[in-house]
Amino acid sequence: MNGIDYNKYTATAVVWLWLLTMPFWLNAIGGYSELGTRVVVLGLAAMSLNFLLGYTGVLSFGHAAYFGLGAYGVGLTIRYLVPSTGVGVIVGTLIGTIAGAIIGPMIVRLRGVYFAMVTIAFGQVFFFIAFRWHSVTGGDDGLTGWSRMPINLGFTTVDIQHDARAFYYFVLVVFAIATGVMAWLLRSPFGRTLIAIRENERRARFLGIPVDQHIWIAWTISCCCVSVAGALYALLNNFVDPRALYWTQSGDFVIMAVLGGMRSFWGPLIGAAIFVVLQDYLSSQTQNWMSFVGLFFVLVVLFFPRGVLGIIRRRLAS
Amino acid sequence: MTQLILFNVFNGLIVGAFYALMALGLSLIMNLSGVINFAHGGFLAVGAYLAYSLIPYIGFWGGLIVAPLLTAVIGLIVERVLIRRLYGRDPLYSLLLTFGLAFMFEDGTRFIWGAQSLPYQVPAWLLSPLSSEFFFLTGYRLFMVLIVAVAVVGLFLILGRTRLGIRIRAGTLDLETVSVLGVNVRILRNLNFGLGIYLAGLAGVLAAGMLGLQPTIGSSLIMPSFVAIIVGGLGSLPGTLLGGLLIGVASGITTVFFPSATEAVMYVMMAAVLLVRPHGLLGEEGRF
Repeated sequence: MNGIDYNKYTATAVVWLWLLTMPFWLNAIGGYSELGTRVVVLGLAAMSLNFLLGYTGVLSFGHAAYFGLGAYGVGLTIRYLVPSTGVGVIVGTLIGTIAGAIIGPMIVRLRGVYFAMVTIAFGQVFFFIAFRWHSVTGGDDGLTGWSRMPINLGFTTVDIQHDARAFYYFVLVVFAIATGVMAWLLRSPFGRTLIAIRENERRARFLGIPVDQHIWIAWTISCCCVSVAGALYALLNNFVDPRALYWTQSGDFVIMAVLGGMRSFWGPLIGAAIFVVLQDYLSSQTQNWMSFVGLFFVLVVLFFPRGVLGIIRRRLAS
Repeated sequence: MTQLILFNVFNGLIVGAFYALMALGLSLIMNLSGVINFAHGGFLAVGAYLAYSLIPYIGFWGGLIVAPLLTAVIGLIVERVLIRRLYGRDPLYSLLLTFGLAFMFEDGTRFIWGAQSLPYQVPAWLLSPLSSEFFFLTGYRLFMVLIVAVAVVGLFLILGRTRLGIRIRAGTLDLETVSVLGVNVRILRNLNFGLGIYLAGLAGVLAAGMLGLQPTIGSSLIMPSFVAIIVGGLGSLPGTLLGGLLIGVASGITTVFFPSATEAVMYVMMAAVLLVRPHGLLGEEGRF
C-alpha cells in the first residue's frame, strides 16, 4: 500500500518538475516556447476528456465542441466586449460549461458507441454556427483582430502579451487549478462513485447511485475543464478558427488520452506531449502529414492500446 | 415560390438519399460488429475516384457497376487485416482505428488524384431537363433517385430473402447463438462489412456526378449520416432510411427560408428526437 502511494507522489513530483522547468531547457533540445505551451494546453484538454473517458468509462467523442466554445468565448469577449484576458477566460469557460450542461441531459441515457456518435454529431452544430455566422465569428477565415492582454494583478502587471515565458507560466497556473480540481474530485466520494460506475454500472445502480445524474455532472465538469483549455488555446494563438470545433479535433484528444494511458491521471498529458511534438515534426517534414497521423492512430490502437504509462506500470508490477 | 420550394424539397430528397445510402452501410456494420466506421466517408471518396479513373476505359455504366465492387473488395481486405483484430475489445479502439483510416483515405486520395476538384463525366442525355416547367428535374437527378431506390430495395431483399441476409439479421440480435448454430461469424462479419462498404462506394459514384469530385467529399457526408442513424433509431435499417430522407428534406426546405441554417437544422432535429424518443424514431429501447 505504502509503495503504491510512494509511486504516485513520485510521478506527480516528476511531472511538475518537468512542467516547471520546461521553458528553460526546451529551446536547447530544439523546441520553442510556444510548443511547450501547446503541450500544456492540449494536455489539459486530454486530461479533461480522460476524466470522462478513463475515470467514468463514458466514450465521448465530441469534446472539440466545448474546447472550441471556450476558444470562441475568449476571442469574442476580447474582440467585442472587454479587452481583458481574465474576463475572457471566465466567459469562454462559462459558455463551454453551460453548453455542456444543456446538452448533457439529452445524452446521459445513452451508452457506448451510441454515446460517442451523439456527442460527435452534437459537436458539429457549433462548428456550423461558427462557420456560417461570418459577420461575428469571421467564418472560415477565423476570428482575428484581437490578442491576449497583459494581466493586471493590482500590485504588478504580468505581460503575457509579449513575454512568451510569462504566458507559459500563466497557462501553467490555470492548468494547475483545473487539474487540481479534477484530482481533488477524483479522490472524493464523488470520484470514487464515478470509478464504480465505470467498473460495473449495473451494480452501482443497484446500490442506489443515481448513475445518469453522476454521468451528467462528470460530463459537465469535463466540458468545463476542456473549455478552459480551449480558452487558453485561443490565447496562445491569438486566433480562433472553426477547425478548433471540428470533429477531427475530438479524435486528437482521444488519441492523446489513449496514447498516454487512460487509466492514469497524468497519462493524457504525456500523450499530448508525444502527439504535439510528432505533429509538429511531421508537418514540417512532409505535406502528407495527415496520412502519417492516421497511420499513427492505427499503430497506437494495434500495438499500444494501454498507452505509455500503462506499459510502464505493467513493467513495474511484474 | 412554389417552384423554389419544390426544387429544394426535391434537392433535399436526393441529398437525403445519399445520406441514407451511406447511413445504411454504417448501420449494417454497427449493428453486427459494434464498430462506428469513421472511414466510411473515405471509402465513399475511394469509390468516386475509382469510378472517375475507370470511366475513360469502361464507360459510365461500367464505372457505376465496377467501382463500388472494387471499393467493397478494399473494404473486405481492411476488415480482414485491421478491424477484425479489434472485435471484442472496447469499442473505443475500433473507433480510433477507423478514425485514423479516415485520415489516411482523405490524404491518400489527395495524394493520388490531387486536391483540386475534378470534372466528372455524366452521359449528356442524362443532363437535359425533362420538363421546361420543372427545370430542376434533370435526368441525372431522377436517375440517382432510381438507383438509390434499387439499391435500397436490393439491400432489403438480400436481408430478407437470402441466407446471408437472414444470418446477418440474426447475428445483429444475438451473435453468440448464431455462432453456436454453426455459422462462421468471422466470414459473416467480413461479408457484412463488404456489403456496407459497397453501399458507400455506390453513394460515392453517384455523389461525384452531383456534388463534384474532391478529397473532402466523404468527410462532408459522414456527419449527416450519423445524424440520419440517430434520428431514425440505432439498430433499425428502415429507421435509418427514414432518417436520411427526413434530414435531407428538412435541410432542403430550410435552404429556402434561412440558408445559413441549412446544416444546423438537422442537428436541431436530432436534439428534438433525442429529447422525445431517446432511441430514435424507429429504434428499440435497450439495444444500445
